[in-house]
Amino acid sequence: MLEKALIGNRTYWGWLAFLAGIIAVGAFFYVRQFSVGLGITGLSRDVTWGFYIAQFTFLVGVAASAVMVVLPYYLHNYKAFGKMTILGEFLAIAAVIMCMLFIFVDMGQPTRVLNVILHPTPKSLMFWDMISLSGYLVLNVLISHVTLDAERKGIAPPKWIQPIIILSIPWAISIHTVTAFLYSGLAARPFWMTAVLAPRFLASAFAAGPALLILMTLLIRRLTRFDPGKEPLERLAVIVTYAMTINVFLILMELFTGLYSAIPEHVAHFQFLYLGLAGNTALVPWMWTSVALAVVALVLLLNPRTRVKEPTMIMACVAVFVSIWIDKGLGMVVTGFVPSPLGHVTPYWPTFPEVAISVGIYAIGALVITVFYHIALSVRGEIAH
Amino acid sequence: MNEGRRSFLKTAALGALGVAASHALPATAEGAKATGGRRWAMLIDTRRCLEKKGCAKCAEACHVVHNVPALSNPRHEVKWIWREGFREAFPDQEAEYFDETLTTSKVLVFCNHCDRPPCVRVCPTQATWRRRDGLVMMDWHRCIGCRYCVAACPYGSRSFNWVDPRPHIAEITPTYPTRTRGVVEKCTFCDERLPEGRLPACVEACEAKALMFGDLADPASEVREVLRTRFAVRRRPGLGTHPAIFYLV
Repeated sequence: MLEKALIGNRTYWGWLAFLAGIIAVGAFFYVRQFSVGLGITGLSRDVTWGFYIAQFTFLVGVAASAVMVVLPYYLHNYKAFGKMTILGEFLAIAAVIMCMLFIFVDMGQPTRVLNVILHPTPKSLMFWDMISLSGYLVLNVLISHVTLDAERKGIAPPKWIQPIIILSIPWAISIHTVTAFLYSGLAARPFWMTAVLAPRFLASAFAAGPALLILMTLLIRRLTRFDPGKEPLERLAVIVTYAMTINVFLILMELFTGLYSAIPEHVAHFQFLYLGLAGNTALVPWMWTSVALAVVALVLLLNPRTRVKEPTMIMACVAVFVSIWIDKGLGMVVTGFVPSPLGHVTPYWPTFPEVAISVGIYAIGALVITVFYHIALSVRGEIAH
Repeated sequence: MNEGRRSFLKTAALGALGVAASHALPATAEGAKATGGRRWAMLIDTRRCLEKKGCAKCAEACHVVHNVPALSNPRHEVKWIWREGFREAFPDQEAEYFDETLTTSKVLVFCNHCDRPPCVRVCPTQATWRRRDGLVMMDWHRCIGCRYCVAACPYGSRSFNWVDPRPHIAEITPTYPTRTRGVVEKCTFCDERLPEGRLPACVEACEAKALMFGDLADPASEVREVLRTRFAVRRRPGLGTHPAIFYLV
């Protein structure tokens, strides 16, 4: 089956070459970071996690969101998602690989990373994050391989895979819950220490992930003979609508509790995010962009006509994705560190090498998705040559 | 850490007998047995400390003996013991109408060697752990540099080596290890000096005699006696970490 990755047209190979170029740039800067240290990033004594860990957090959500096509299809026998599940699973695989790479590039001593397995420490949430992420990767590789292989042979998937598919549903929820627990269990960081963090992570994930899946499906439909029909996309858009509404609702809950209680160390973080703190306003325009996009997305999604019409559906999905990316991929992690527990406000902005390494990892994810989708569509004979 | 603790107590007792230089260190192993082990702690007499404005003898001594680098870029700073504003060190103390000499001065801060250290709770490799005598330790050969402990510490006591620290050490003290880039470090209560019966470097270096080191587990120890008679505060007690650093006010 894998040999199908090697047969493709010029667009396919050109795109892969382009991605390889971006990966090479990222690798170049990673080699520099490896020899100099994390000092080449914008991180500091007070802001010790930044862009890498934020991308990791965002992408765990994208990975978990595969469950939004898997669950209706396998649990509710919703047939319209039949053609989509494999796309969801491959997206999950690519996202988990990116997550692992973002953790890896954030390590101060990457050659020692296996110490996490050598000295397993169940009281650390990072241990459970490793278990849940690697388990999720194995589950999705296994499920997608077995089901696609069955499709190739024109037979039904073997019975033993069913319980494994069912297991992958709570497992998807667990990866993002554990990721939220990484943050929400720290008394030192009031911005993260909220019980609503895990639900909020899940809601934003189930909005951003399916939004991305809609956009990618529309793109593939343009480039290939693949066409899942209108129904699964419209149904996915409904899922995005519910999830985004819940996400915005939870953000408002967070704001109310933080601001009305008026405890200074809680208020300060929101002040930093939306107004700026001690002259540091780096995130302010981004956060208001995120707010504006969330409003636009909700208006377009809640109106049934704009939700199903393709151009507005695309607009809504882009708005959801970018809004949540700003919230999780830029704001959420850094704000936990500003102000620091001692009240210091240290500016942080990713440096060029930091962004280049991150873009390189995203390019690896795009490459994995391209190759896997190419294989899946080749198996189905839906590739346009 | 049972074995490590036993051998530590043995050497501590032997060393203490040999040197017998300290007024705060209990000198025999018997004392430790009677109290079911030791609990090292530090008392800071803030008024005495603040009398010496601008004094940084303790920090200098600590940073020299522990090969702590002096990095010019404040973002990459590594520090084990330093002075912090009163409001920053004690964010939940009502400081509005306090004696201004106290609130406008800077107090000494370093690792609190908590009874329930959040850093130890989160470390995924046990590269940081708590000994039974209360010392929160670091294994610089095991640390993977994930900085989860830095995120978990409510006192900002931990520093990460963003770059190779060695070129930034003026003169390397050969009796103590240097660190590599990519690991976290902090004060270890001079675990290397205690078995020799010596006081922590900062305590020894303090000319104002504002620092006192001793065993909380021994009811007859000097630190316990002082805590009985004088009012002391700890940083952020509401978090339930139970720091071993007491500030006498």
